[in-house]
Amino acid sequence: MEGRFQLKTELAIIGAGPAGLCAAIEAAKNGVDVTIIDENKKPGGQLFKQIHRFFGSEEHLAGTRGFEIGNMLLEDAKKYGVKVLLDSVAWGLFPDLTIGISTDKKVSILKSEKVVVATGAIENSLSFPGWTLPNIMGAGAAQTMINVNRVLPGKKVITMGSGNVGLIVSYQLIQAGAEVVAVVEALDHIGGYMVHASKIARMGVKILANHTITKGMGDKFVEKVEIAKIDSNFNIVKGSEETIKVDLVCIAVGLRPLSELCWMAGMRFEYLSELGGFIPVHDENMQSNIKGIYVAGDVTGIEEASTAMEEGKLAGIAVSQALGKLRMRNQEASSILNEARERLRTLRLGPFGEYRYQAKEKIISKYYN
Amino acid sequence: MFDNRYLEKLKKSPGYPSEERLEKGPVAVIECLEEIPCNPCETVCPKKSIKVGKPITNLPEFNDICSGCGKCMVVCPGLAIFMVDRTFSDSEAAISIPYELLPLPGKGDKIIALNRRGGDVCKGRVERVKTGKSFNKTNIITISVPKKFSDEVRFFKLAK
Repeated sequence: MEGRFQLKTELAIIGAGPAGLCAAIEAAKNGVDVTIIDENKKPGGQLFKQIHRFFGSEEHLAGTRGFEIGNMLLEDAKKYGVKVLLDSVAWGLFPDLTIGISTDKKVSILKSEKVVVATGAIENSLSFPGWTLPNIMGAGAAQTMINVNRVLPGKKVITMGSGNVGLIVSYQLIQAGAEVVAVVEALDHIGGYMVHASKIARMGVKILANHTITKGMGDKFVEKVEIAKIDSNFNIVKGSEETIKVDLVCIAVGLRPLSELCWMAGMRFEYLSELGGFIPVHDENMQSNIKGIYVAGDVTGIEEASTAMEEGKLAGIAVSQALGKLRMRNQEASSILNEARERLRTLRLGPFGEYRYQAKEKIISKYYN
Repeated sequence: MFDNRYLEKLKKSPGYPSEERLEKGPVAVIECLEEIPCNPCETVCPKKSIKVGKPITNLPEFNDICSGCGKCMVVCPGLAIFMVDRTFSDSEAAISIPYELLPLPGKGDKIIALNRRGGDVCKGRVERVKTGKSFNKTNIITISVPKKFSDEVRFFKLAK
């Protein structure tokens, strides 16, 4: 630690992913002085590895690829004068709204009037004998390697998990030149969208429901896996074991909120498995129970980039209003906030969305009691 | 999965063109069976032939009026729209497929046509490769196959 200095800003945002950037842009548009902190070398969060087109409607930029949305957000952030501290780790968030930051061995304290925590999520792991062998990795890691760093980590792949992440990353590994031998799913049905599954199925990828990986084998890195059938109680069906040659195993068994800073700040949590674990309670404007600290994106429940962006916008508008920067009547302000909530509602419709909507409503009701 | 029962479901869904329309020439075939919040196909169709409406999770409803422009195929995030032309020749149908792999095949290339499960169906030929900036990396490859396979073929691999 070479020194210690204090920075000031009106709104500090932790995490420059889709939620953080959208919160920043909305607030900066209203004249709020915004600083975003991100531990990476480039802002954008996971957007720059999303090379596929997004679902949604025109207002959610549907049909546009994730990295293109990332570029649009960076342009807007620049246009409205958002400051971004890169290579900077936020290691502390305190109830008085100060944030401890480390940048290249220098420690600084950022003082702000409002904070948005938009730290995103982390992949779940799956342990089985041999799971620590090199080239058994999170699907997100493989996706970063192929789409951001342009490195193909393996040529013969098996993916564990048929949620949208498992299906999309399998498709993208094929685009990158790999062969995907199979997608293995413990449940009796495909977890993600049928259209994503169809894409890889017609390319010849087998999707094996009621299966799991039981063993990873290899000398210096993974060379084979053993898979087996499982019954409805998730017990392995003896005699169904099969060995498959692979050099890459992608684990896509869900994500959970990256909420350490929320815990540290003293937020109240609810456990909701459908949102990925412990979720900080918040009001309908995304404000947590610690006054002045807002939350947005996957840290408030695992969803998608499109919902993260809308939650970020909602938080950004609410912060602007709380700071007295919305140059409009209260009635007008509430209608803008309502529009943002409506856009979120739209993304939480249907069999893949309704349960998330219900869970989110529960989070808000828990905020009030 | 993705077998004949799946095809029956597709044919009954509101995005699948009628049998009469399929016989008349190039037409979009929408293979979208789940209520996902998504509607770019509706927004992009110049004939306003695809209706999603509200709520946005409605399945796309197709009214059989189609110029064969293919804009919906390019914009669909699910790569779930194909173009089928049963009038391509006396004996062959043309299937257009959204394609995001490189290298692109060339016109005249011999292919093995694949079904929705990736299984071999028949031999075929690349008839057209549509690419360019407006496609934004979702290129459209048209292949010809014997007419009787027009409901079955949805992908291909190059013949060795």
